[in-house]
Amino acid sequence: MAMNELSQTLAPAGVEQRNWFEAAKRHRALLASLFVLVFPLVMPFTALAVNILIYGLYALGFNLLFGYLGLLSFGHAALFGTGAYLCGIAIVHFALPWYVAIAMGVLGGTAMAALIGALAIRTRGIYFAMVTMALAQCVYYLFYQAIDWTGGENGLRGINVRAIDIFGMKFDFINPLTRYYVVAGFVILALYVLSRILASPFGAVIEAVRENEARARASGYNVTLTRLITFVLSGAFCGLAGALAALHLSIVPIEIMHYETSGMVVMMSLLGGMGTFFGPFVGAAVFLLLENLVSLWTVHWQLFVGAVFVVCVLFFPAGIWGTILKRVRP
Amino acid sequence: MPGLSFDLIAMQLFTGLALGAIYVLFAIGLSLIFGMLTVVNFAHGAFYMVGAYVGLFLISLGGNFWLCLVAVPLIVGISGMIVERFLIRPLYGRGIDYPLLLTFGLSYIMVELIRIGFGTSGYPFDTPDLLQGAVNIGIGYFPLYRLFVIGAAAVVLLGLWLFLERTSFGLIIRAGARDPQIVRVLGVDVARVWLYVFGIGTAIAGLAGLLAAPLQGVIPEMGANILAEAFVVTVVGGMGSIGGAVIAGLLVGVVISMTSLFAPEMAKVSIFALMAIVLLIRPQGFFGRAGLMS
Repeated sequence: MAMNELSQTLAPAGVEQRNWFEAAKRHRALLASLFVLVFPLVMPFTALAVNILIYGLYALGFNLLFGYLGLLSFGHAALFGTGAYLCGIAIVHFALPWYVAIAMGVLGGTAMAALIGALAIRTRGIYFAMVTMALAQCVYYLFYQAIDWTGGENGLRGINVRAIDIFGMKFDFINPLTRYYVVAGFVILALYVLSRILASPFGAVIEAVRENEARARASGYNVTLTRLITFVLSGAFCGLAGALAALHLSIVPIEIMHYETSGMVVMMSLLGGMGTFFGPFVGAAVFLLLENLVSLWTVHWQLFVGAVFVVCVLFFPAGIWGTILKRVRP
Repeated sequence: MPGLSFDLIAMQLFTGLALGAIYVLFAIGLSLIFGMLTVVNFAHGAFYMVGAYVGLFLISLGGNFWLCLVAVPLIVGISGMIVERFLIRPLYGRGIDYPLLLTFGLSYIMVELIRIGFGTSGYPFDTPDLLQGAVNIGIGYFPLYRLFVIGAAAVVLLGLWLFLERTSFGLIIRAGARDPQIVRVLGVDVARVWLYVFGIGTAIAGLAGLLAAPLQGVIPEMGANILAEAFVVTVVGGMGSIGGAVIAGLLVGVVISMTSLFAPEMAKVSIFALMAIVLLIRPQGFFGRAGLMS
């Protein structure tokens, strides 16, 4: 009797709690966008905030593959880097307007993903990480040697975009805060597109393939094609992030293609929480803040970041955001 | 092409075999660890680099190269066993990606520790006195040290083969690679076997780093480059196959040295092209079993 009363009083409260969580989940793109909009208010270094946005977007694209599909790629620098280089080449060598350059970056990331994906998807499981890493290394050497186009070791210089004009309005891209909101515009667009993909039937197939490949195949889904499409979509997001990075840095350093750029996004995703919508942003913010704060104190910040990562793998595999979500979930 | 004689090509072939011998040693450790523990050791390049630095350190203390050939694998192997026991063991059964991620993070730590201890710039590594100079191998003079590297790799391979095929511990290792569950049921302490296998694999990586040091010098980043190339070797040869690692390692070495003779700017890219071709024709590699990795 007492138990019954207790459960009766508890039940509506539980439903209500679940409601706010479900509502937050449904409007995750909106909430994430709101956070992106107010972020400069709590983050005093605007240039760093822009970096967090760009690498957050890069991690978001990576997480679509790693977190949602369950494929671990160690070659995403090739997608990010191709986006950056193509955006830069469009501006430096062809003097194209900024919006065409960004479109070129997205296309570049997509095309590179299709190329790498078509080869890497042929292998499965643990091979995938090795093949993507090796292919990305190949792309690194190719861009390194195409000096006429990419500037080789010196990087591609001279991506000077001073103003962004859209719908008759002109924004001063030199002003850090304006620059932040221009980049934020693209990031918010990407957040909505990603949320839409994940909520679609195709998004459900992605997660089904991660959870049980054999069952997904038995249900009639083309697992190989799903993997390829997801890899290509991931490439589009990473290409966009790369293009924005090129505009932000006004130079594309060859290091953007390096193995460490691939490794960095793996760390960011895991630190933030793989397979969560907002986790990659949290991971990118934590990683870049750690890098900036620790390097004030010592040049050996990688030791610190590596240790944090190892502790995370051992004890908090859900990542920071994933652990928070677990705690607050009613 | 003028001046491109048969002898020159044959010499370049030998140079490729010496380079390939390093790849073989590196990849064999990787393959052994994967075959047994199903762990892709992303820190393998870091152990290789540590091997070179331990050699450098021992020689600066007054040791000689021959002592290093014994001490380096021992030291690197023991540090590998410590890593397996305390960092990788808690992750068994948590999915195949976690040990990979852990060793990846660990490689950052190891590289940074070496940078703290030895600085960020590289060091030259002297070829031991006894192995300087060149010998006539019938088609021309070939550097003695490179010949020694090929010989050393052959000795290690022979030793490893005898160990795996002719000892009872080797039998347990081979059985454990097939089915660890049954081996455990039969009363073998599989965890201890895995510990030793990880130690052996990293010890060989350390030895490879030491052997490579006089050829390429010593820098903290030397492990990251060879890791990507070793992945090419494992993909071409087939993961978990020792024979595949040997043939593919030598093949990759020869392909690099041949393309650097004919088209130097394509030398780095050529092996990735080789990998792409193998992936298209035979995704599981020369000696890999289909479906092993699914």
